[in-house]
Amino acid sequence: MEGSQAMLPAHGRDHMGAGQNAVRMYVTGFVLSILLTAVPFALVMSGVAPAAAAVPACIGLGVVQIVVHLVYFLHMDGSSDQAWNTAALIFTIIVVGILITGSLWVMYHLNVNMMPGMMPPE
Amino acid sequence: MTVQTRLAPATGANLTTDVVDAREEHHDAASTTTLGFWIYLMSDCILFAALFASFAVLRNQTAGGPDAREIFSLPYVAVETGCLLLSSFTYGMAMIEAERRRQAAVLGWLGITLLLGFAFLGMEVHEFSKLVSEGAGPDRSGFLSAFFTLVGTHGLHVTSGMIWMVVLIAHILRRGLTQTNQTRLACLSLFWHFLDVVWIGVFTVVYLMGVA
Repeated sequence: MEGSQAMLPAHGRDHMGAGQNAVRMYVTGFVLSILLTAVPFALVMSGVAPAAAAVPACIGLGVVQIVVHLVYFLHMDGSSDQAWNTAALIFTIIVVGILITGSLWVMYHLNVNMMPGMMPPE
Repeated sequence: MTVQTRLAPATGANLTTDVVDAREEHHDAASTTTLGFWIYLMSDCILFAALFASFAVLRNQTAGGPDAREIFSLPYVAVETGCLLLSSFTYGMAMIEAERRRQAAVLGWLGITLLLGFAFLGMEVHEFSKLVSEGAGPDRSGFLSAFFTLVGTHGLHVTSGMIWMVVLIAHILRRGLTQTNQTRLACLSLFWHFLDVVWIGVFTVVYLMGVA
């Protein structure tokens, strides 16, 4: 989080120096995000890769871009003054993981076991 | 931390510590506010996770209606994504200018962020109304219900972020870059960047995986 970076007025820090550094952070994050957005869009729009390869690639690049945003835009660095922010984030990632994989897993098996006739032919 | 100071009589000897403590307390209040706001964002994450899960479950349940490939235009979504990403960057510039205490520059960057937010929202509303007019509204199939709920909830968040931004611009015009306004600016910064992070999930799971 930005607690120590761009969020609060810096106490006893060189304002302009910190600003230049922060600008570099945002520009780096922005350029990386553009690349990480352009590549999956190009991959799908050009149709060079089959869906079986394009889908995992998109998911992987999306996860990387989320990490880029957390580091360069939200300034998460795992330092001790962000311990509570990091702990809350890790807990949330675990809950989100359980929620999404659990839903997919349960509904997949529900479809397979309860409605065999209604499954789309694979 | 300050209990003892508060209990102590306010003599001249205590004055310096009082001042220091008051400032630390203020600093603590600001970081507690942003931590509290962060916790809210994490609970919002779980709300979006539930919507993503229902979309993932329903994405092939088209009930004979149009599927993702027929209704989504990737170049259109790419421009939308660009607007939101650029607005995250311009908000970051506003934060940097706030730290340098350049009020006019802060307001300028916030104005640009607001315009980009408007562009994003306008494109989304246009996409929604086009789908509804083509008979691919939220009542057509499970897939479309899940799509409108997920993307619409994100759009509502962007709308509230923009209302908040207008209010904050009024606050800054009225009182300047006070400590309180800096904290508000920091919370909105978290919110705005968070919406961009959610959008990464949306364009990956809904649009790219839908068309791939």
